[in-house]
Amino acid sequence: MSDSLIELNQVSVAYQDKIVLEDISLSVNRGDFLGILGPNGSGKTTLLRTILGLTKPFSGQVSVFGRHPQRLGKLREKIGYVPQQSQLDLSFPIAVKDVVMLGRTHKIGLGKSPGKKDHEAVQRALKLVYLEDLAERQFGRLSGGQRQRVLIARALALEPEVLMLDEPTAALDVGVAESFFDWLHTTHANLGLTLLLVTHDVAVVPRYVTAVACLNKHLVAHGLPETVLTEEGLHAMYGCGALFFHHGSVPHMVVARKNQSDG
Amino acid sequence: MLELLQFTFMQRALIAATLTGAVCAVIGVYVVLRGMSFIGAGISHASFGGVALGFFLRINPFHTAVVFCLLVAWLIGWVSERQRLREDAAVGIFFASTMAFGVLLVGLLKGVQVDLFGYLFGNILAISSTELLSMVALALVVFTVIVFFYKELLLLTFDAEMAAVIGLSVRGFNFIFLTLLALTIVLSIKAVGIVLVSALLVIPAASAAQLTDRFRNMMIVSVVFGVVSCWVGLFLSAVLDIASGATIVLTATFFFFISMLISPQRKKMRMRIGKLQKQSPEEYQESNPY
Ligand SMILES: Nc1ncnc2c1ncn2[C@@H]1O[C@H](COP(=O)(O)OP(=O)(O)OP(=O)(O)O)[C@@H](O)[C@H]1O
Ligand SMILES: [Mg+2]
Repeated sequence: MSDSLIELNQVSVAYQDKIVLEDISLSVNRGDFLGILGPNGSGKTTLLRTILGLTKPFSGQVSVFGRHPQRLGKLREKIGYVPQQSQLDLSFPIAVKDVVMLGRTHKIGLGKSPGKKDHEAVQRALKLVYLEDLAERQFGRLSGGQRQRVLIARALALEPEVLMLDEPTAALDVGVAESFFDWLHTTHANLGLTLLLVTHDVAVVPRYVTAVACLNKHLVAHGLPETVLTEEGLHAMYGCGALFFHHGSVPHMVVARKNQSDG
Repeated sequence: MLELLQFTFMQRALIAATLTGAVCAVIGVYVVLRGMSFIGAGISHASFGGVALGFFLRINPFHTAVVFCLLVAWLIGWVSERQRLREDAAVGIFFASTMAFGVLLVGLLKGVQVDLFGYLFGNILAISSTELLSMVALALVVFTVIVFFYKELLLLTFDAEMAAVIGLSVRGFNFIFLTLLALTIVLSIKAVGIVLVSALLVIPAASAAQLTDRFRNMMIVSVVFGVVSCWVGLFLSAVLDIASGATIVLTATFFFFISMLISPQRKKMRMRIGKLQKQSPEEYQESNPY
């Protein structure tokens, strides 16, 4: 218990008067690899934003590194975040390597310019996402998947202890996605990185993660992938519109057309 | 032309032109990249209310304009933070109401002789040494803040959400930025006038955007455009005896069209189209490293 990095205690979050997360209790320990699943609009992004202190819960407590998420101070440098999609200005005059460097803004410190260590960290991060050749390219002149890799590199350049990824592979081709997951898996194993991964890829999750949280406004299920990702579990999460069929232990899912979207 | 520089008023005008051109160009880069040019126009027109208030109360209009512009800038920031109202609506409200306030006060000044025209359209040749001194001070403040918060302002401009994630106070920095913007506008009123300041905020930065794809370069090129436009405008207006503010803005506009014509973006586009037709294999590999 002492190793718990992120603690949520009966947390509820609402936008205006619409409740999107209700009574979520969850703890993430150092070294965990938590997969977060759930249908569109189930509050996955909101959960990450709440942990980051960007969205305030109206009830319950969140603690990150034992502190209130909005009072993390220096500890913020230990958290990397890859947003789901950013509305970034594609005509913005900035090179790929400078976007990655921006991830280290707070680590470099107020009034200082990046030093040798910072440039090296940026180089390493770019290498990890196979973008070192495009380092000088203007950010907006990349493909969507390449841009997503830049944002991953931006989080990695911080050399974080906790990495939160919101559907990081949504725009990646199968090859890059696969090798990215493999990389995540090895880094997680070797460096003891704590990972929170939001994904819709039900087939990938059980191969890599150590725990699964299924969201649908409530925390529908939380535990080991093999106990959570059962037919009943997925059914409870995705509702009646989804059909499941199993190939061995990896569930595959087909989502039938829904009549109404998020509720 | 150089003998003009023997006159003190011309020396002062030259320093003022340099300061105005440089500060507007630097702040203008953020204004253009954040799509805030309407706010620039809003705050500068608000300064009309401030100037009129100064005349009305018989104190230095420059001082009342500083206070007035700061208040309006912060009000715009505060109102547009409430998400029900978009920034441009907030600007629209203050744009008109502060002008109306100014017009009202000027109407009450019946019979009093005031140099409203100088404030509306600028008179760079009539800058006093006290005014010049306050311009230097304001410019120093603006440059210091920009240099000190360079990374943070860049991140905020490029990706405000990420700025919040790493714990920067987006609100605090917006407030700082609006303050700098208001100071810059007041600083430039003497040179180009209330009506034309916003042009000097937008045009040099927009010209620079045509020619560069790096933030730092955009900043440098914008300053070059801004300062050169102010110099050229100043000398043309002195030699031809025409309005300084208008000449400066028209010179900047001329440079904008030049930069559009020589923009490498357009050249690159043409080259790219050529390349794609040939289907170069490197181009394909680049997008797929495996
Ligand atoms: N800024 C916002 N204002 C109001 N409602 C919001 C806002 N952001 C999200 N919501 C609502 O909150 C709910 C949860 O959204 P969230 O983005 O957390 O879902 P998600 O699980 O990440 O979905 P997806 O799989 O599509 O990314 C949705 O119903 C959404 O409509
Ligand atoms: Mg989401």
